[in-house]
Amino acid sequence: MAEMKTAAYICKGCELGSRLDAASLVKIATKEGKMNLVREHDFLCSADGVALIKNDIDNEGVTHVAICACSRRAKTEAFNFPANAVSRGNLREGVIWIRPDTDAARETTQEMAEDYVRMACAEVKAMKVPEGNQNTGGVKTLLVVGGGISGMTAALEASKAGYKVVLVEKTGALGGMTAKLYKRIPTREPFKAPEDNGIADLVAQIEADANIKVYLNATLAKTSGAPGRFKVEIAVESGSVATEDVGAIVQATGFTPYDMNKLPHLGGGQANVVDQAGLEALAKAANGGPIKRADGKEVKSVVFVQCAGQRDTSGEHLQYCSGHCCNTSIKQAMYFKDSNPDIDTVVLFTDLRTPGNGEDFYRSAQNKGVIFSKGVVSNVSANGGGCKVKFKDLILNEETETDADLVVLATGMVPTSGPDLDALSEATRAAEGGDEAAKEQVVQMKSKSVLNLDYRQGPDIPQFKHGFNDSHFICFPYETRRTAMYAAGPVRRPMDTVQAVEDATGAAMKAIQAMENAGLGKAAHPRAGDLSFPTARLEGCTQCKRCTVECPFGAIDEDEKRFPLFNESRCRRCGTCMGACPVRVISFENYSVNTVGAQIKAVDIPDEFSEKPRVLILACENDAYPALDMAGMNRYEYDAFVRVIPVRCLGSVNTIWITDALNSGYDGVMLMGCKHGEEYQCHFVKGSELGRYRMSKVYDTLKGMNLEEERLMDLEVAITDIETLPKKINDYAAKIVAMGASPFKGL
Amino acid sequence: MSDMNQQMTARYKNNFLKEIEEQAEMGDWVKMCMQCGVCSGSCPTNFHGGWDHPPQELFMMIRAGKRDEVLSSNSMWQCVSCYNCYVRCPRKVPITHVMHGLAEYAYRLGKAPKGQPTQHLSKTFWDNATKYGRVNEVKLTQSLYFKDGIGSGIKKALEMQSMALGLVKAKRLNPMEAVGGGHKCKDLKGIHAMLAKARELEAKRKGRQPA
Repeated sequence: MAEMKTAAYICKGCELGSRLDAASLVKIATKEGKMNLVREHDFLCSADGVALIKNDIDNEGVTHVAICACSRRAKTEAFNFPANAVSRGNLREGVIWIRPDTDAARETTQEMAEDYVRMACAEVKAMKVPEGNQNTGGVKTLLVVGGGISGMTAALEASKAGYKVVLVEKTGALGGMTAKLYKRIPTREPFKAPEDNGIADLVAQIEADANIKVYLNATLAKTSGAPGRFKVEIAVESGSVATEDVGAIVQATGFTPYDMNKLPHLGGGQANVVDQAGLEALAKAANGGPIKRADGKEVKSVVFVQCAGQRDTSGEHLQYCSGHCCNTSIKQAMYFKDSNPDIDTVVLFTDLRTPGNGEDFYRSAQNKGVIFSKGVVSNVSANGGGCKVKFKDLILNEETETDADLVVLATGMVPTSGPDLDALSEATRAAEGGDEAAKEQVVQMKSKSVLNLDYRQGPDIPQFKHGFNDSHFICFPYETRRTAMYAAGPVRRPMDTVQAVEDATGAAMKAIQAMENAGLGKAAHPRAGDLSFPTARLEGCTQCKRCTVECPFGAIDEDEKRFPLFNESRCRRCGTCMGACPVRVISFENYSVNTVGAQIKAVDIPDEFSEKPRVLILACENDAYPALDMAGMNRYEYDAFVRVIPVRCLGSVNTIWITDALNSGYDGVMLMGCKHGEEYQCHFVKGSELGRYRMSKVYDTLKGMNLEEERLMDLEVAITDIETLPKKINDYAAKIVAMGASPFKGL
Repeated sequence: MSDMNQQMTARYKNNFLKEIEEQAEMGDWVKMCMQCGVCSGSCPTNFHGGWDHPPQELFMMIRAGKRDEVLSSNSMWQCVSCYNCYVRCPRKVPITHVMHGLAEYAYRLGKAPKGQPTQHLSKTFWDNATKYGRVNEVKLTQSLYFKDGIGSGIKKALEMQSMALGLVKAKRLNPMEAVGGGHKCKDLKGIHAMLAKARELEAKRKGRQPA
């Protein structure tokens, strides 16, 4: 690349020109920012303004561009110079929109703007132009694991979008659980009667599709590589192994019903008690005629027990609601009523939950004469030729009982998600320590693996709550913590077939995106399109392994010399490795310890007698920074003493930034990151948690520096905290003022 | 036990829900209740005056087959017909009408609580209206006042004296109606024939002997 030539552009549009002293900003960019070229413009994001920048790049040899105008989240299409390093000074949302337009405020507002110009200049000089990951694979074949309704849908959708698919199914036939259903919950108007399960049609489509290659009776023996260049070894029935190259993976391995033998008090294991899957088998055998029990007796009365071993608070059974079972019981009750309206069908529920259009379905069942009773079943016992169901009627508030020829237990969904990686690594550690029982446990856990990933971080996708393969419930449902691997259907969360179809379609689309991005050397969600990737100066590496252990996405392996080995295509560019590195050898071309460090140092720190404190805010770019921008859009004012630097994730915050800031005279540092823990909202799953853990260690350093603990503040921010955030900033700034100036000023 | 009660018990055995669906007016709505309790929450009576059961509980009891408890309940007689529950029911169950249907059926079976004031009013009103084809307000008032004997009747009448005089002055009340039969409708025979025919049709629809 040509020699670095820097340019700063000061925009005077959106009232920036009238609120700020642009000439002074130009002077700052020239003298302090030491930009080779500084220009001002009345309306920088206009065609004319953009042409100005473009011209400088093309004809003046400008390589590094500092745009001092609006937030980096605004006007991204106008200021899109992918071949250049670009920084943004946030003078609009970050300065004039959050400051009052008064004479009294003018001075501090101008100081704020000047600092942001200094920071933008300093940042861009520390940046390099991302050249993109060269180590890419261009395989555009999708691997779908599981041939149920989710897997088949994902395969068909990908094929329709023009991609080749390899579909691996463990059993000898496609269809999965849905194929075992006599009928399914209605999917279209008027939602009144069970409908055909639709599997035959899907299977026919798959068989007729030349893009889809199906392996039956097959499992994954080994999956290695990275997005865009996975190599999978497929163990087929004959014992031989087939190898396929794939670019992304959709895991649609579904669920198994919760084992009803664990519910002896509800009759699990008794002759005339079945689970919902068992009833489907009986209904299938009856095929519209009278439904008969295993012993051949025609069922004249049936009781459905909802939430059997689900929503359990004792910790013994499933804690969650599987979502489909109320609708399923309604459907199954209709099997009986449709064959003979005189059959007594009672559904015992505590809360009848009918998501989707289930309410119409529920009403239809009531119309058909299915009795719904709110009650908790305490016991199911054999009674003569049938069962006696004891329950507490919650409406009439009494213990009562009823007899039935057959009892159906609505047990929940248990995901086929492979072993829990945390438990596995713990067992592995114990096994390495020589524990014989643990060794057996490791073998047993590994045998349950679905993907058999050749990843340092474990053989499967990490699990979220209750063993489901998910990662970001709120914002990005299909994403998992393994790049280019997407979970779809009940392996992700409990769901019915309608939701599974939707889920599979979404996962297939995300997988296609991931393959395409991997081929271009770009990041996947949430920094989709980012060309930067982490690199390490290995000569400085101490092999502490923090990066390999902490990477939330399993992107980093260790090479044979035990140095970190980055799999760039697996990386999501969160920078957690960079934040973790104690010797600071990891960096991105456009984001590094230096790009942020330079900004921190660029801020002008007034002396201790000025009564102008400085508070550094390191704000997560996914939630906190947009919230601050939106506060600006709403003209919520906040303190002029703060200087905000966006970070990719709290996890990327290196403690050196904090100590450097406090050492150089900042009076306080505020960290803004997402909620962590069980209900986390961090886009990088573990990033904010790891960041916070690291920060907890900084307090010791503060003590060593004889600084008050309050000089570092950690704030949990959600993107919706638009109104409250300015107040919290002001409160903190007031606290810092009350505390007095940092003793490190001017040193 | 009344004949009809015996007849119905024999016919429906333990299936009380079916009995209500077929025999009580609007009874086929009972199964549509989803036990949300909005009806009970909406009742302006707040169940003062001792309701045995709120509406949705009554419906649940029907499904649970509690025949005697339901039919002898005072609840359906306590309903003031404000239609709040009917308007608010998310299942669009015509609760007010179901309550009246249950009350009427319980009365027919002879299971309704004896001496219940609403029931007395209903019966008195019905008899009064059907006898001459129009409501005779003086006679209706009389029979209500003297329900508990001469003494209390006179006492009540004296209490209401000034209102009665006002009504007479405004020509809203004619004391002469108390004398003899009072006003009759023009075609009394026609009215009685219509009522008889209606009873016959209802009995046929519900598969029971005309009362």
